[in-house]
Amino acid sequence: MFRRARRPSPGWLVLPPLLALAIALPWAAEALGTPASTGLATRMAIYAIAASALNLVLGYGGMVSFGHAAFFGLGGYTVGILYAHWSWQEPLWGFIPGTTSLPVTLLAAMAVGGAGAALIGALSLRTRGVQFIMITLAFAQMLFFLFVSLKAYGGDDGLSVRRQGEFPGLNLRDAAQLYWLCLSLLVAWLLLLWRVTRSRFGQVLSGARQSERRLQALGIAPYPYKLAAFILSGMGAALAGALMANYARFVSPDMLAWTKSGELMIMVILGGVGTLMGPVLGAIALVGLEYWLAALTEHWQFVLGPLLIAVVLFARGGLMALLRRPGAPGRAQA
Amino acid sequence: MVLLLEQLLNGLQLGVMLFLLAAGLTLVFGIMGVINLAHGSLYMVGAFAAAWVAAQTGSALLAVPAGLAAAALAGMAVELLVLRRLYARDHLDQVLATFGLILFFNQGAILLFGRQPLFVDIPEGLRGAVEIIPGVPYPAYRLAILAVGLLVAAGLYGLIRHTRTGMLVRAGATHREMVRALGVDVRKLYTLVFGLGALLAGLAGLMAGPIFSVQVGMGEQILIMTFVVVVIGGIGSVRGALAGALLVGLVDTLLRAYLPALLRGAMQGPDADALAAGLASMGVYLLMALVLLLRPRGLFPAHA
Repeated sequence: MFRRARRPSPGWLVLPPLLALAIALPWAAEALGTPASTGLATRMAIYAIAASALNLVLGYGGMVSFGHAAFFGLGGYTVGILYAHWSWQEPLWGFIPGTTSLPVTLLAAMAVGGAGAALIGALSLRTRGVQFIMITLAFAQMLFFLFVSLKAYGGDDGLSVRRQGEFPGLNLRDAAQLYWLCLSLLVAWLLLLWRVTRSRFGQVLSGARQSERRLQALGIAPYPYKLAAFILSGMGAALAGALMANYARFVSPDMLAWTKSGELMIMVILGGVGTLMGPVLGAIALVGLEYWLAALTEHWQFVLGPLLIAVVLFARGGLMALLRRPGAPGRAQA
Repeated sequence: MVLLLEQLLNGLQLGVMLFLLAAGLTLVFGIMGVINLAHGSLYMVGAFAAAWVAAQTGSALLAVPAGLAAAALAGMAVELLVLRRLYARDHLDQVLATFGLILFFNQGAILLFGRQPLFVDIPEGLRGAVEIIPGVPYPAYRLAILAVGLLVAAGLYGLIRHTRTGMLVRAGATHREMVRALGVDVRKLYTLVFGLGALLAGLAGLMAGPIFSVQVGMGEQILIMTFVVVVIGGIGSVRGALAGALLVGLVDTLLRAYLPALLRGAMQGPDADALAAGLASMGVYLLMALVLLLRPRGLFPAHA
């Protein structure tokens, strides 16, 4: 029922050269005299992690979360708050020492994101459909206003992370090295997702999307699987948020705003729901579009808005569908 | 005591504003099955059109029809051009497309009116205050909003309960497929419902003008609150929208009014104020989460 025959698609052959290109990007940017492209590519890689994380619940699990910015923001604020306590020389709650060590902050961010997702997911997954969309939004909004009201961590104005995180063997002040770090984390995250979605766990998850009743008839309770996927997804989004805090050296409640959740959703839909590389493509496309349109006109959103509508109306299945069957209308989404 | 009465009235007034938005949103939601994030943009269109006409002509009497017409026309255009193609799609596509509409409307408003907020004067006859009970003055304009909101609620009740169109609206909210199967021209019904929702959103927008500033982004602030109302009330239920709107309006207003004083008992002044503001903003979302956990279909579920 869940199992369908998979033949190796020609798409896989494209990936190694693409990866080589991505690795070579900072040198190319240097050679072409556009060093800013490295930063742009870093942002794309970070958002690709966040969008793929959302895609795990949204695309594979059929859970339309409209609050994933919450986990993105939790990850960012974990880095920001640990830095703040490091700089104040004052442990958080009296016993958690602050730090700027990147491996520690990244793991801490994922732990916090995972814990947040466990809490929000455990409650939200009792609802479904539109109610699920709205309750995830509600929790994200609660966290948004919580961080707005925390004056100790900057409140509305946000929190500057003045010291770059330290990663053994790397100098992250160098834009290229930060980019390579983000790129390798993206690749590792995608490999993990690839394994997960093809495992028994992934099959159950996709079975839950198609029909929970059928799954229950087979003797499998979908709730624990959906919750586990939600937690994993929250950890991925938090990882992305932590990287963003390191890249931008700044965290603010904007990271948790509902528009950020919307943007992540757009990346997933734009790229292709329920595909491994779709969200990556979507992130590249949206971040890239914003960058190029913003360079052209101050009113770039006036162009981007109708463009998004056109994608929904005329390119179903997103960019992945266009790539799979050029010229043909995309496959219907589940 | 006097303060409490004022705050209760303020809460009710916010409630009826939310109701005007939520009534349209919940019908569109319940009947067409569309999540319309751009509903807040129609509110903004109504506010800008009314503010602009009021500034050009100086006449509130002209501003009102202008705001209503602009919102209704924008709503019908949106329905014809975009949303009509999305009825059969899943919620994801609707969210993405209407998010695109928000970007379009917001930037359009910036192009036309700039980023500076517009300020609108309260119409001539409603500037003073009225003593609701001896010794307690309350702004006449806010009372007028309350009256208009309650009148609209009564009108909607009559329309939905006692007319043929209202019967179709009710049937559409509970048994969408059956209405279609019985040969009702649902496309006409959809456009009508959407136009009505847009009209009410425009009404809320033009009345909001003199109280809040008219600026880009005003739609999104209230949109999220409106979604809270719709979900609390039960999707597709106008009665639920009214109950949810008044509840959310009261909870939000009372928390904002009394939480700072409560917290100041325990903490430093500025810190307490900041935390109270945050907690008060969280209040309605907490309310929604609680309602959804206890009654997942809202207080007045329309789909029996």
